[in-house]
Amino acid sequence: MDRGHYKIFLGMAAGVGKTYRMLQEGHAEVAAGRDVAIGYLEPHKRQETSDQARGLEVVPRRKVTYREVEVEEMDLPGVLARRPDLALIDELAHSNPPGLEHEKRFEDIAEVLAAGTDVFSTVNVQHLESLNDRVAELTGVRVRETVPDSVLSTADEVVLIDLTPEALVARLRAGKIYPGDNIQAALDNFFRIENLAALREVSLRQVAEEVESKRLTLHVPEPLGTREERVAAEVPRAVGERLLALVRPQPSSQRLVRRAWRSAQRLGTGLDLLWVKAPGKPIEGDVERQVTALRQLASVLGATLLVEEHDDLVAAVARVVRERGSTYLMVGESSPRKGLARLREPLPQRLMKVTPAGVDVRIVAHRGGKEEHE
Amino acid sequence: MIEHFLVGLALLLGLSGGYLIASTRWRGKRSERPQQVHQILLPFTGTEISRRALDAALRLAKAEQATLMPAYLAAVPKQLPLECAIPAEAAKAMPMLEAIEQRATGQGVPVDARVERGRSYRHALSRLLDHESFDRVVVSATATGAAGFSGDDLVWLLDKAPAEVLILRPGPEDHRVLTA
Repeated sequence: MDRGHYKIFLGMAAGVGKTYRMLQEGHAEVAAGRDVAIGYLEPHKRQETSDQARGLEVVPRRKVTYREVEVEEMDLPGVLARRPDLALIDELAHSNPPGLEHEKRFEDIAEVLAAGTDVFSTVNVQHLESLNDRVAELTGVRVRETVPDSVLSTADEVVLIDLTPEALVARLRAGKIYPGDNIQAALDNFFRIENLAALREVSLRQVAEEVESKRLTLHVPEPLGTREERVAAEVPRAVGERLLALVRPQPSSQRLVRRAWRSAQRLGTGLDLLWVKAPGKPIEGDVERQVTALRQLASVLGATLLVEEHDDLVAAVARVVRERGSTYLMVGESSPRKGLARLREPLPQRLMKVTPAGVDVRIVAHRGGKEEHE
Repeated sequence: MIEHFLVGLALLLGLSGGYLIASTRWRGKRSERPQQVHQILLPFTGTEISRRALDAALRLAKAEQATLMPAYLAAVPKQLPLECAIPAEAAKAMPMLEAIEQRATGQGVPVDARVERGRSYRHALSRLLDHESFDRVVVSATATGAAGFSGDDLVWLLDKAPAEVLILRPGPEDHRVLTA
């Protein structure tokens, strides 16, 4: 049986119109002659949403007792038994009470899709696991219900429901999102213009990344050559951009890390830091202090510090580039070479030779040590 | 023969005595010397740092051939794990550290920067004191309390820091700040 088509409506915050748009598209599908049913709808007492749902068949909810309170949940067996062509299932990040088939609603949805039913669903950007910390830091509000980012990648279509922060605040003020008593509190907290602007940027970036990742995955050219060459050629395309910076446990590496982080921010990519350590050499004294500092910096920046024990720097880097799917490699400027080392090919050239085609190598210059005289 | 032996013995005794006297004096002089300063901590918060504090730290570091350790203190909101990534704070800290390093390198002072997280600036500073070693701390007191450390923080620092603390009193040049 073919898996159903999965469409997710993604928004930056409550009230942008995800559910409304899902219902609109549901009506359009009915008009096109398809069998559509609402698996679960959460109108949040919004009149516009309830009005929009009118005319669509609803699979009745089931009642579940949780902590001595009766709650209403989506009836997964009911939806599977009803088996419409398209099920509209709101709020995919929702956590089910214990005792139901799955912990999370996105897992219920996976079962509906596996049964061959198409699903339209909704989610807000702050529910995505990888963005949860960032959004919480930006807005000061942390949501408990999170979903893995991979849920978004399993969707065949992700539709961003975009609204300017000003328009969303106007909707809030007009009482279209929360009832009157809660409006001022919402305006003072989550619904501040600067919060919404940041969330909007995060949502737009997320969808842009999804689009790019799908485009690259769909258009991988016919691979040629050995298996290793094929893997090398496909890895960067499959995962999008990723930056790898080669560091050493010394203060000068911090500048390289800052540069790499700035580039990663601009590209909207992940950042890995790699230290290739000589085998058997103990990490102690100053080295230990610097490794701790690098680890701390990586953690603050949300980067990953990788420590590889290897006696061949170039081979170790090549392996990590393949494993992590790095597309950019940043190295610090080498110190002037002396003696026989001058005959050796410079590190960037050696790295270019062993890394997959398409991996850019960038050299970050040391800061000039010339003294200023005041 | 005995004469040669006596001359040799006298020479040996003279040299040993000379060495002992010289080494005692040298040791005495060495202990009188000020202790070598290796690291100068310059904690700061926000997106600007007092130029007076930075210049003072740089002057000291240059004179004492020490490494400057600028440390950005980040307050992590309570709803976030203390060790979580803080990209918004990092976006403030990184350009500041870059600007400080640029100025320090221009004056030939090596830099070894840090970013420390805490529930408050004082908590971040306390964590930094716990796991970093340095010989001197340079901080600026502010008249307004808008930036820098409050009087309470400075009293706390004097009590807790295992190093010499140099507090710059508020001055007319305090409007001069280094920003990224």
